[in-house]
Amino acid sequence: MRFWIGAGLAILAAVAAAALVSYEYFFFAGYTVVMFIVLSTAWNILGGHAGYVNFGTPAFFGLGAYTAAVLYKATAAPLVVQIAAAALMAGALGFGAGLLTLRLRGIFFAIATIALTVIMQTVFINWRYAGGATGLQLLRPPPIAPFESYIKMLFVLMVVMAVIAVALARYIERSWLGRGLRAIRDSEEAAEASGVPTLRLKVLACCVSGALMGAAGAPMPMYLSYIEPESTFNLNYAIGALASPMIGGTASWGGPVIGAFLLSSLQQIITVTISSEMNVLLVGVVLVVFVVAAPDGLLGLYRRIFARR
Amino acid sequence: MGIPLDLLLEAVLFGVLLGGFYAAVSMGLSVSFGLLDVPYVAHPAVMVLGSYCTYLLVGLGLDPIVAGVLLMPPFFLLGMAVYRFYYEAFEKRGAEAGVRGIAFFFGLALIIEVGLILAFGVDQRMVEAAYIGKSIEIDEIRIPLRMLVAFGIAIAMTIVLTLYLSRTFTGRAIKAVAQDEPALRLMGANPVRIKQWAFGIATAVTALAGAMLIIVGPVEPGLDRVYIGRTFAVVVLAGLGSMTGTVAAGLVLGISESIVLIHPNLGASWAPAVSFALLLLVLGVRPQGMFGR
Repeated sequence: MRFWIGAGLAILAAVAAAALVSYEYFFFAGYTVVMFIVLSTAWNILGGHAGYVNFGTPAFFGLGAYTAAVLYKATAAPLVVQIAAAALMAGALGFGAGLLTLRLRGIFFAIATIALTVIMQTVFINWRYAGGATGLQLLRPPPIAPFESYIKMLFVLMVVMAVIAVALARYIERSWLGRGLRAIRDSEEAAEASGVPTLRLKVLACCVSGALMGAAGAPMPMYLSYIEPESTFNLNYAIGALASPMIGGTASWGGPVIGAFLLSSLQQIITVTISSEMNVLLVGVVLVVFVVAAPDGLLGLYRRIFARR
Repeated sequence: MGIPLDLLLEAVLFGVLLGGFYAAVSMGLSVSFGLLDVPYVAHPAVMVLGSYCTYLLVGLGLDPIVAGVLLMPPFFLLGMAVYRFYYEAFEKRGAEAGVRGIAFFFGLALIIEVGLILAFGVDQRMVEAAYIGKSIEIDEIRIPLRMLVAFGIAIAMTIVLTLYLSRTFTGRAIKAVAQDEPALRLMGANPVRIKQWAFGIATAVTALAGAMLIIVGPVEPGLDRVYIGRTFAVVVLAGLGSMTGTVAAGLVLGISESIVLIHPNLGASWAPAVSFALLLLVLGVRPQGMFGR
């Protein structure tokens, strides 16, 4: 119950901010932060519970973004339809890629997902209709009724998506799926021997996680009113989605949310005040420090200190 | 297909040279990941670091190959240090090491890459030497001399490494640790020390590969991202830890890439996907690779 009150409050706060704050950059930056909450939450479903590292966030994210852009170009479909289509396509990609590579040990899955990203990028570089290497300029439609600016609308939409993603991750964590995935992480052989359908669970998790990443990518073309393969399939999305759960803690749904919020906010601040190189360096250093010194993330640290008292 | 035969022949020839080069850049990973099972995704970043060190030494007036050889001892120590750290922080702790180990090396690669950007900028760097830029011609087929040099070093490296692993005491110990670590422990040997040594060798070989990388073409800090695919594709296709397999797999990749490059319907914009597609194909169809154990 407390979770749902919190979720309602988050959406309410986003709407209130959209109504009261007129400083547009706040929403521009806020959108990115909330988007990384969705991406990290999605990543954690497979990475945190089952222990399979996915470097392919940009592949799913980018496929979602391109699905939305191409659909918009072809039919001028409304944003909600674009998001649904993006989730469907990215989910299908997760299913296919999962079936192909999740039989193998973790590291092979990790490398295969990098491969997936590069292949997707190459496909879209060579697809003329979707703009090829130069990209596609998109004209935003006017914002829908209560919103007076498009960015504010996208921000609120992304907050709603984040709430849905977190609720889904929380449900999975507590259901048979989450238990099965954790059994796989602890010992795949033991899980298989005790009758856990390991491959089926992993593929399902990969599918859900991919669909969420695709959905998170769908509003991106409208956010930038532009889409281009180089930045859409950038490995930096993979880094953010992987680093945030490591920082916050992979054990429960709260970890990626806290990690993504802190990391992306800090990144936004550093990109503006220092430089974007410094921002990537920061992520690398923070990632290494956390995996070495605090393997259970901030939540793990908090629990350890709390338990001692 | 519609490719003229002489063009195809030239592409295959170039592919063989390119393949030798790919085998050379994957050799270090073939030891660290193939034999030692360390998820060393930072391998290409370390190689690019080697290229930049070569660049600095060439600036002092050295030949790039000499520079690469000189870099081997410091990189050997670097590799030992990296493995020691990885062992203490992850392998020793056991079970949960997988995810965090990969994330650690990923972070390390990121730090190296951005460090290079901060130190050298994002511009491309290259080196000068007598054999760079020239080419020899045989029956209207032009062979760039720099590729031939890289190919020669690659073959020499493979022979030395194969002999080392099969003939010397330490080399055999490295193979033993890859095959059955607990058994080695029971024999009274210390697997961690052997792995540390092997990782040092893998990194030293990577330094020489970095020198070849900058001989073959201009280098930029972000180049490691392309080579993640190429090196892992070669190592997996080879069958983990097989040195001769690494050469064969390098040739397969090199020839496929250079045919895609001249193919009228595909061309340069598809070339980066070749290694990754090959990798996915191998993982899906024959995960143990061509010469798998």
